[in-house]
Amino acid sequence: MDGNLNALTTVFTEFYYWVTVVFMFLIHVGFCMYEVGASRRRNHMHTLMKNVMIIPLVTVTFFFFGWWIYWAFPMFPFFGGLNFEAGAANLPWADTMGPNSSDRITGVFWAAFLLFSWTAASIVSGSVIERIRSSALWVHAVLIGSVWWIIDAAWGWHYGGWMVQYLGYHDAYASGVIHAIAGGYALGVIVVLGPRIGKFASDGTPRDIPPHNPWMLAIGIFLIYTGFWGFYAACNVPIISAEAIDGQLTGITWTATNIYLAPTTLSGITFNFLMSLSGGLMAAYVISKGDAFWTFSGGLAGIITASAGNDLYHPIQAMLIAAIGVVIAYKLHYWVERKFKLDDAVGAVAVHGYAGFIGLIIAGFVLWGVPSSPYEGYAAINPLGQFLGALIMFFGLGFLPAYVVSKMQAAAGVLRIPEEVELQGLDFAENHAYEEAKAEIIAADKARLASKITPAE
Amino acid sequence: MSTIGYGSWAVDLADVGAIYPFQGWEMPMTIAGVIFWLAWHRIQFVRESAHLEEARQQALDHDRIQESVDRY
Repeated sequence: MDGNLNALTTVFTEFYYWVTVVFMFLIHVGFCMYEVGASRRRNHMHTLMKNVMIIPLVTVTFFFFGWWIYWAFPMFPFFGGLNFEAGAANLPWADTMGPNSSDRITGVFWAAFLLFSWTAASIVSGSVIERIRSSALWVHAVLIGSVWWIIDAAWGWHYGGWMVQYLGYHDAYASGVIHAIAGGYALGVIVVLGPRIGKFASDGTPRDIPPHNPWMLAIGIFLIYTGFWGFYAACNVPIISAEAIDGQLTGITWTATNIYLAPTTLSGITFNFLMSLSGGLMAAYVISKGDAFWTFSGGLAGIITASAGNDLYHPIQAMLIAAIGVVIAYKLHYWVERKFKLDDAVGAVAVHGYAGFIGLIIAGFVLWGVPSSPYEGYAAINPLGQFLGALIMFFGLGFLPAYVVSKMQAAAGVLRIPEEVELQGLDFAENHAYEEAKAEIIAADKARLASKITPAE
Repeated sequence: MSTIGYGSWAVDLADVGAIYPFQGWEMPMTIAGVIFWLAWHRIQFVRESAHLEEARQQALDHDRIQESVDRY
């Protein structure tokens, strides 16, 4: 770091991303609480462990190859080869992938993307609770967290990605690159996995399987909201000079930018985060007739719908777009559930997948003609590019690979747990140690009690 | 002798790069790391399959399942 201004900018940026990572950890805490709260008592430990172990598995694989994919794949394979030059500093054996006095940003930047990877995998985890084998889910977690989402990020969430250059794809806060893909991926898994026992009556009517602890769900989703603040901040470059961007911007004004290095402000996205949260909550309350859990999820779905364009929308636009997305996602959820007999245990496909998909398309109309990048020659934002982008995210990189891998797992008999175990509960199978220890200590206490106290006649 | 290549911090930081131990061994460390990751999946898969089969056998006890279903 040479020069005081350069040093200050570097240290500020390093610390900025580091703080966003800490905030984003709360998303995973929230997902864990939400999933465990939604599961039945006999599946607690299994549900928790299934989600917790996403953290190390996605982390190590994102270190081994996920991070390199982001830098090597922006034009690969349709419009160019792998970018080995940009990828070199992000290989697991590069000397920048560890403590290095001449590089102060790679680790925190890696971690910011990694936390998005956890989120993508955790979204899938919620929809498959109480019947998937942990080993099967963890294969999917590695695939969505360290392969598929980061390919979509290289294509559509990178200043040089081909979707940005040729389609004018715009997705500032990841309506598509995280949420639509993860929702599509979850759909691909649950289509093959099938519903939980008891989800549908014999005539096909869906039943609600109530959460065992509504309060855990409420706290979980509020933690997800909190972590989402960090997520929004992490999607920005906090401060950069026009000269450093080296695009069409002129003058000497420094700015915050979105991931495409196009100007935005932290102030603007703060307005829009809260207004889209509010629009989502209000619409969900009305459409669900005051159902608490749909209202909570609606707040999240509202933010997700508006996220594609929340770097530029007016706050009132963000609020209305969020409301529209929530109503469509809610209706679509129940239509798909009835029509295809699908069991999405936490509504992840609707809240993340449908809302993200809708958000991309809406952004194409509302931001029609807006430059997608500060660089010359890029396509402007347009409805067709956004629609194609939504299809690529939801179906191409989400649903399709999930469906194929799940089919392979089902054919090998390693996707779903046995029916007897599902009825008995997974905490008596894979995570049996907890229930066994409980039973043992209860028996010991009862024996002690019997030996010391004589019951009253 | 220092595992990080610097025995003293009497250096110009502008000339300092990597400061972790055993520089030059990154590739073998990566291979070891990948083996650790894949071995974990294998161990977990085998153990889970055994646990599920054991639980499936125990679950033939109808009263036990009934108790579990009742507690939700």
